[in-house]
Amino acid sequence: MDERSNWDWEPGARTVADLNQWKEQYVWVEEPYVRPDGEAVAAIVNVDEGEFTVCVNGSPWEENTYEKIWHLRYLADGRLFAIISEMGEWTVSLDGAPWETKFGYVWNPIFTEDGRSVAVSFQQDMQYGMALNGHCWESTYPTMTNAALSPDGRHTAAAVQVASIGEADIQTFQQGCFTVAIDGSPWEQTFVNVWNMAFSPDGSRLAAEVRLNLYEYTIAVDGVAWNSVYNTVWEPVFHPTDGSVLAPVRLGGKWWLYCDGKPFWDPSFVQLWHPTFSSDGRRLAAVVAPKFGRWTVALDGKPWSATFRDMVTDLVFSPDGSRLAALGKEGPAWKVAVDGRVWDNAFDMAWQPVFSPDGRRVAAKVERSGKYTIAVDDRLWGRQCDAVWHPVFSPDGKRMLIRAVENGEFVRHVISVADIAG
Amino acid sequence: MAEPAEEKEKKGLDIGLEKGVSKLTPEKIEQTINDVLDKECGPRFKTYVETCIHCGLCSEACHYYLSHDNDPRFSPVGKVKQTIWEMLRKKGKVNGEFIKRAAEITHTECNLCKRCAMYCPFGIDIAYLMTVVRRIIHKLGCTPQYIQDTAHSHSVHYNQMWVKGDEWPDTLQWQEEEAQAEIPTLRIPLEKEGAEIMYSVIAPEPKFQAQLIYQAAVIMDQAGVDWTMPATVGWDNSDMAMFTGDSELMGRLKRAHFETAARLKVKRIVMGECGHAFRSVYDMGNRWLGWQMPPIPIVHAIEFYAEILRAGKIKVAKKFSRPVTLHDPCNVVRGGGLHEDARYVTRQLCETLVEMHPNREHNYCCCAGGGVINCGPPYKMKRIEGNRVKAEQLFAAKARGAEVLITPCHNCHSGLHDIVHHYGVGLEIKFFGDILYEVMEKPEG
Repeated sequence: MDERSNWDWEPGARTVADLNQWKEQYVWVEEPYVRPDGEAVAAIVNVDEGEFTVCVNGSPWEENTYEKIWHLRYLADGRLFAIISEMGEWTVSLDGAPWETKFGYVWNPIFTEDGRSVAVSFQQDMQYGMALNGHCWESTYPTMTNAALSPDGRHTAAAVQVASIGEADIQTFQQGCFTVAIDGSPWEQTFVNVWNMAFSPDGSRLAAEVRLNLYEYTIAVDGVAWNSVYNTVWEPVFHPTDGSVLAPVRLGGKWWLYCDGKPFWDPSFVQLWHPTFSSDGRRLAAVVAPKFGRWTVALDGKPWSATFRDMVTDLVFSPDGSRLAALGKEGPAWKVAVDGRVWDNAFDMAWQPVFSPDGRRVAAKVERSGKYTIAVDDRLWGRQCDAVWHPVFSPDGKRMLIRAVENGEFVRHVISVADIAG
Repeated sequence: MAEPAEEKEKKGLDIGLEKGVSKLTPEKIEQTINDVLDKECGPRFKTYVETCIHCGLCSEACHYYLSHDNDPRFSPVGKVKQTIWEMLRKKGKVNGEFIKRAAEITHTECNLCKRCAMYCPFGIDIAYLMTVVRRIIHKLGCTPQYIQDTAHSHSVHYNQMWVKGDEWPDTLQWQEEEAQAEIPTLRIPLEKEGAEIMYSVIAPEPKFQAQLIYQAAVIMDQAGVDWTMPATVGWDNSDMAMFTGDSELMGRLKRAHFETAARLKVKRIVMGECGHAFRSVYDMGNRWLGWQMPPIPIVHAIEFYAEILRAGKIKVAKKFSRPVTLHDPCNVVRGGGLHEDARYVTRQLCETLVEMHPNREHNYCCCAGGGVINCGPPYKMKRIEGNRVKAEQLFAAKARGAEVLITPCHNCHSGLHDIVHHYGVGLEIKFFGDILYEVMEKPEG
């Protein structure tokens, strides 16, 4: 059952916390973050010189204060994550409970979609590794980049350096000193570079962008490079169900979509990136530039007729894969586009669209003139807020949770979707 | 003038060239040259090559030519003649020694400053022709060692100085703490989604000029700017891959930069005082990726300082009293038209501006840009001797009273430091940020 079923969906507005009071209580209050269900709001607060804590609904999350706290975020499962530092050591705190292991530094947290797994990159004595839910890699490396977490939350991976390189030693570098380490164990094969990587949905396989020499790029899957090489490549994706790997590749000055080393989409583009599957794997979309300086979305290889001058971002399928939305930027104006139709409303900023469970409605957090509100199907909510977060549809799609800051108060609104969409 | 700098030129010790050339075969050279010319050079290249009437009017534009007593080998057209024309004339049938010399000419005797394009009666962009040669040199694996190493750093860490993933946010937090000793409530907001501005810098700042980040934080704080810095790759806007001819790597870097800004939902990117990075994000890298213009507006520090001064967001407590002269960096002045903004900022901050001549878009290059300084110690003296004319220009400004040289570009800053030191010019060099931080109203510490 959808966990959201247990949330309070009673229509109305309820003030959860008065952030104005926090500002009187603490030296300063940083950006607030809100729990997915809207029942809690939290912020890093400064208690005194070099003393920080996290304030949750007006109360400190634990007794201790820390020298530094950063990257506060609510996870999808409602836990509150932060990176904390005390006595020069760093670790992760979840709901105010620090991991037992301390590090020289911690950064780059990655969370699974359900929020149940947390991975971070760590540095200890100038060696690098990853920690997953508090458990560290047994092997560490002198350099580590491009960290990844499997969708099932059971595996971590990163590009690691496995051979020493002297200062300005370009010859050794070009022999290939990098590989992929999964859960700390390196592949046997080495590459000149390893960049973005993707786990298969079950976490059992991994694909990565690699450079074989300064000029030849390809995709390596489980350590084995595709037979073909390219001028360059972008990040690979796994098909959700059949195990194939797709990636944009550049050949002859154009971008193509390839699958397992073979052409997949017929047309080429001036640019092609962010290939995105529907959850059932039946449809595939990507951000493309069909010609220089014009951007749009291609669905199953066919670009939308509507194009944008500057950017297309935040591609997202509806839960059943039947609909597709994205954001487009034309000059300073951000717009929402759904199935190729562009909303009339333009915004100073817009966030990734959110589909209702049945896919019929599309909502988005939007900003105009420094005020934030929610748009549904190109119609705007009547309230202009100091902050809002992503809208959340009720499981039946009829109501919407809007988490907002108004006049310094964090307010939890539940409205009928029809109140905005008509 | 002072004694020559201690670091002697070490000709022939560049393993990038030496070992690169040693691996070449005539077939590899011919095929690579013709592949680049046939498959990557379109009408623009053809037009430039066919339009040039060999008049030599570009010569007077080049600081190398002027600094070498009008030696035609250093004239822009002379460099074209010694490189791409010869490759074209011989249809790629040139030898390894030719390639080595072409690498030296294009990487260490041309700053891609584009001053010559203004002197050409047809506006031929000779710097572009030099970049075509650099692309060929890259494809042949003969790029000078130190700039190639910098490109390697870009490829691993997406920054030019091997700054590791933890070192970046750690440095920002360290600078935030330092600055809080002066302004207790100051923050360097990391990963603040929805901020108005993402502030980006080049890697030398966290590596060894962290005070510049401190100063920027104080300026942002006092101006009341809603800003953020990313804690991920994408923070570094520099791009030596652009200068080595590794376009694919350039695209990778610029994509990370703009997509980081897009992820943070900022409306503008304000960048520090760097020239080549501006060229990369405003012209070269964005366009290689398919963006006609930067998809998220880029605001160079000069423009940003002018903006906050005009808006009264920063008040000047007391103007900088020592007379200053102003160096116009090629990439943001010839390439970005920011010269009048630079003068506005100078006059707002300083009591006296002594113009150097020539100035604005006609200014002489620092001789460090275009990746030349990044080719490292083997070419240091060549770089300094190749810009005697700059020293003369600075001496003239000094003779008219200038004591301080403002250079709103990192490469210019480093290059002019060498010029000033070697020729004994005796000017103190500062960024705008140094002076702005010094003269602005700040809370009592």
